[in-house]
Amino acid sequence: MSEPETPPPPPSLGRLFWVFFVMGATSLGGGVVGYLRTGLVVRQKWLDDLSFVELLSISQTLPGLNATNMSILVGDRLRGGWGALVATLGMCLPGATLMTAAAFAYGVGGDDPWSKAFLHGIAAGALGLIVVVGVQLGSKVLKEFADYVFVIATAVAVAFLKVPVPYALLAAGAIAIWWHRPRDRTPKAGPKEDPK
Amino acid sequence: MKNLWDLAAVFSYLSLLTVGGGMAAFPELKDLTVNTYHWVTFPELLHFYSLGQLAPGPNMMMVASIGAVVGHIPGALVALIAFFLPTGLLTLFVGRLWTHLATWRWRPAIQTGLGSVAVGLVAAGAIIMGMGAVTGIFSGAIAVIVFLLLWRTKINPAYPIVVSGLVGMAMHWLNIN
Repeated sequence: MSEPETPPPPPSLGRLFWVFFVMGATSLGGGVVGYLRTGLVVRQKWLDDLSFVELLSISQTLPGLNATNMSILVGDRLRGGWGALVATLGMCLPGATLMTAAAFAYGVGGDDPWSKAFLHGIAAGALGLIVVVGVQLGSKVLKEFADYVFVIATAVAVAFLKVPVPYALLAAGAIAIWWHRPRDRTPKAGPKEDPK
Repeated sequence: MKNLWDLAAVFSYLSLLTVGGGMAAFPELKDLTVNTYHWVTFPELLHFYSLGQLAPGPNMMMVASIGAVVGHIPGALVALIAFFLPTGLLTLFVGRLWTHLATWRWRPAIQTGLGSVAVGLVAAGAIIMGMGAVTGIFSGAIAVIVFLLLWRTKINPAYPIVVSGLVGMAMHWLNIN
């Protein structure tokens, strides 16, 4: 009955908190981005796919975790600064409570050889997950040979040469950004190559 | 009280390094919490980090665990606020600005350039984590199998990670590593 052109009214702050809280509590095993898309684009229809991808690319470029950056950007777009705050709180509350509880449980049972063996096992498994995340990120952003050089130089500098992360980030970041700097439409067309 | 200030300083600093995800900050996280402040040992850090991968929500909620180890509930709160506030404010303001920069010529350069550096930082984090997590052929095999499984299928990562923990217990029972 309502015109399809009219955008839906923005959700209340309470509703915003609740939707992000549910996503924060159910997004088990990482991959929060997938849960966010299902929740925000498919179920609530608060965003279309195009704006979702746009906000995601901002989240991935800026420092901060994708999950919290997305909560901030979506919350801000729907309900301004307060929206950003309640969305982030909702997203973080379940995991933060669990991990605080985990620290106390660890203090009690962390020396038990069986829990140690379990934690040692999941550390190996989590390493596999981290590598997949890196490979997936790489397959999206690495396009030319130089990009791979930047990756290897950064990784070797930080992991083996013990260069502090901020220096590596600033130095490699500046070089990589300069490498990809905007060029004019006709890139340095020398007079010799000029047709005619 | 000094501990809480240290927590705030450490985690707000780490916050700004998380370009490309939490793993990018892992080398500094290890250096500060293990070597500088001795809040946790390297194995403990690995345990919290890995448990954090199983927890729902953003994958760096383990900062709350370190905060709690150092300063109980107030410590957890301080670590969380310090870790999320600086980047949060940055995201809020740059996010508002970014849409106005849609035609800015440097925008794609920044996105692509920082992207490859971010992958490099994640790789460095994985290498440092691997040095602690892989202690023998079997834990190395677990990591490789989980990697292949997650790379090739769409399985929820929580399942293979929990199974890895069970395999760890089985290895303990059989007295191998």
